Amino acid sequence: MPGYDRHHPTPFFVSGDPMIYASDVLIALTLVGVVFVLTYFRRWRWLWEEWITTVDHKKIGIMYLLAALAMMFRGGVDSELMRTQLAFPNNHFLGAEHYDQIFTTHGTIMILFMAMPLIFAMMNIAVPLQIGARDVAFPYLNAISFWLFFFGAMLFNLSFVIGGSPDAGWVSYPPLTETPFDPGPGENFYLLALQISGIGSIATGINFLVTILKMRAPGMTLMRMPLFPWSVLSASVLIIFAFPALTIALALLLLDRLAGAHFFTMLQGGNPMMYVNLFWVWGHPEVYIVVLPAFGIFSEVFATFSRKRVFGYTSMVASLMTIAVISYFVWAHHFFTMGAGPGVNSFFAIASMCVGIPTGVKVFNWLFTMFKGRIRTSLPMLWAIGFIPNFAIGGATGIMLAAAPGDYQYHNSYFLIAHFHQVLIGGVVYGMLAGMYYWWPKMFGFILDERIGRWAFWLFNIGFYVCFMPQYQLGFMGMTRRVYIYPADMGWSTLNLISTVGAYLMGIAFVLIVVEILYSAVWGVRDTTGDPWDGRTLEWSLPSPAPHYNFAHVPVVTERDAWWGQKEARKKGEIQKETRPFQPIHMPRNSGRPFIMSLCFFIGGFGLVFEWYPLALVGLVGILTSLLMRSVERDTDYYIPVEEIQHIESNLGRA
Amino acid sequence: MNTNANRAFPWKHVTGFVLSIALTLLALWMVQAHVMGFTALISVTLLFAALQILVQLFLFMHITDSPGPRYHVIALALGLLFTFTIVAGSIWIMTFGGNQAY
Repeated sequence: MPGYDRHHPTPFFVSGDPMIYASDVLIALTLVGVVFVLTYFRRWRWLWEEWITTVDHKKIGIMYLLAALAMMFRGGVDSELMRTQLAFPNNHFLGAEHYDQIFTTHGTIMILFMAMPLIFAMMNIAVPLQIGARDVAFPYLNAISFWLFFFGAMLFNLSFVIGGSPDAGWVSYPPLTETPFDPGPGENFYLLALQISGIGSIATGINFLVTILKMRAPGMTLMRMPLFPWSVLSASVLIIFAFPALTIALALLLLDRLAGAHFFTMLQGGNPMMYVNLFWVWGHPEVYIVVLPAFGIFSEVFATFSRKRVFGYTSMVASLMTIAVISYFVWAHHFFTMGAGPGVNSFFAIASMCVGIPTGVKVFNWLFTMFKGRIRTSLPMLWAIGFIPNFAIGGATGIMLAAAPGDYQYHNSYFLIAHFHQVLIGGVVYGMLAGMYYWWPKMFGFILDERIGRWAFWLFNIGFYVCFMPQYQLGFMGMTRRVYIYPADMGWSTLNLISTVGAYLMGIAFVLIVVEILYSAVWGVRDTTGDPWDGRTLEWSLPSPAPHYNFAHVPVVTERDAWWGQKEARKKGEIQKETRPFQPIHMPRNSGRPFIMSLCFFIGGFGLVFEWYPLALVGLVGILTSLLMRSVERDTDYYIPVEEIQHIESNLGRA
Repeated sequence: MNTNANRAFPWKHVTGFVLSIALTLLALWMVQAHVMGFTALISVTLLFAALQILVQLFLFMHITDSPGPRYHVIALALGLLFTFTIVAGSIWIMTFGGNQAY
């Protein structure tokens, strides 16, 4: 486009806002604090050897979890800022541009840097243990996935103090995101951070697909597999097929911005609507990628805390797979109003409503699992039960949105906002928190405090309804998404204030969860049996936390709910003690290269963000060198000797 | 586990790599140089895309190497279904019911 300056001058450090300066100070203080603590307690070597170079799926899972909780904090602060701005009419807490940046980072972080790593955390922690494997199929690749996500997230978060945040919504639609309308590095941060973490996500999808298909313990046929690995299998298939569409959309938009191409511009034959199309080819499967593993967790939790096997196992598997396939036939329901014509809209509306059928099957199966079960309302079960009404309402409003003519009324209104928060928080966050409480003892060896946890649950659950129920009504009253200010005479004021109170309640609940974690680390009940919930699946047959090789003897599976079956047989005196001698265990070696290679991605990405091509080249050379060094590496694995296994197992009281 | 010392040079992969790049660059050149009419250009580009899928399946994914378990067939069928849906669906959506040229 003629007449604009592609190298729009922006200050390197974001300036002008006291909140940003406060953040600068806090970031500097945190960094100094971390460096001081690590140096004072001489923990640098420990950090490098035990965590940064690890290829152990359990430790990678824990790192995903911690990173996801940190990102939940960041995205949560964004949402509290937005709700504060919207609490009163004509409020001037945030300016328009600042508000734009905050809703953009809130959405992007919550989906890609909170929900995704949270599901990867649960997958890493639980899947190999549940299928009787000693690690994932490609442990080195698993470490690469984590560090790519980590540095992608860091690159994205850097934007709010350096260069300026993206400000065109989490969908980043052109033509608004083309250089003439959005100069400066903000959108480049978005495009490159998502691209880098996206490579990691695709690798994780492949990794877990292969792990589940090839690494199951002897005797564990697919139909004897617990439902969580099934849900991860379906999510992995979705990741593999969906993420390339995002990669392409982002790459083409980046070419437009950096190389002057015209894929999505308004001139020279470009078509911005193709970006919208490609984005949602990924975007709709993406929401199932995050919600299906949550469904898997609920299936485990409902069965365990009802002391029953899950109701309708086969129909659960079938519905998981059906949802995965249908999710590829619904993407246009995100842009019914684009005007693709009645034929297109009818097809995608009906396909979208079809998703309700397998989902309904699952909800009824969970209810029937609880029916006549011996229910314990421990924390994981509390979050799982809280999910059911949430998802029922979210599903109902989803059907309303899927009706294309109706969608013309509520498209991009607060009704939509309330709907997708209801399914994403009510489905994904409740599911992942249930999973976190459920597997926490397996990760760390102690149980999270019940009393604080109940306060957190009720505050969050009540806060959730207080926050989002008014937003449905606000949507009907005409409030559209992304407005940052509204006049007093719209009649929106009371409902907005109520909604903000709800958001604060959820914020307090998050703080309580953090308090709970810290309190329990010191005073929490220790899990000495390895089976604190009287579980049904193989991870509970191991000590908590599990040794780094997981299973000293690879279990032989003869039925569904393998561990429950073993416990029942033991009660009847049918099972003898393990008599097989220990064998040396084949394990992958730790490597620092995944970290270094991902750091090179970060450097290269940062160079591209500011169009500093020499720096980008440095990053690229680093990446290629890392790849080459791995290709010629031979010493990638080792055997744990029998004596060491004997030693560890007898220390755990298991041999 | 150092059994890969005597592995032969991966000619198949190199051929596949070169072919993939060639097919992509050829498509790009054809579009940039407007070598033929609009419909013919789209058709030939789609043909090149299909060829590239075959290159990847045969030279990278070794689908001819062994019979393999049943889920290979299921995965291929699923991949075919998804690819068809995305390509055909996108074309259908982006023609805007034939009312609007783009």
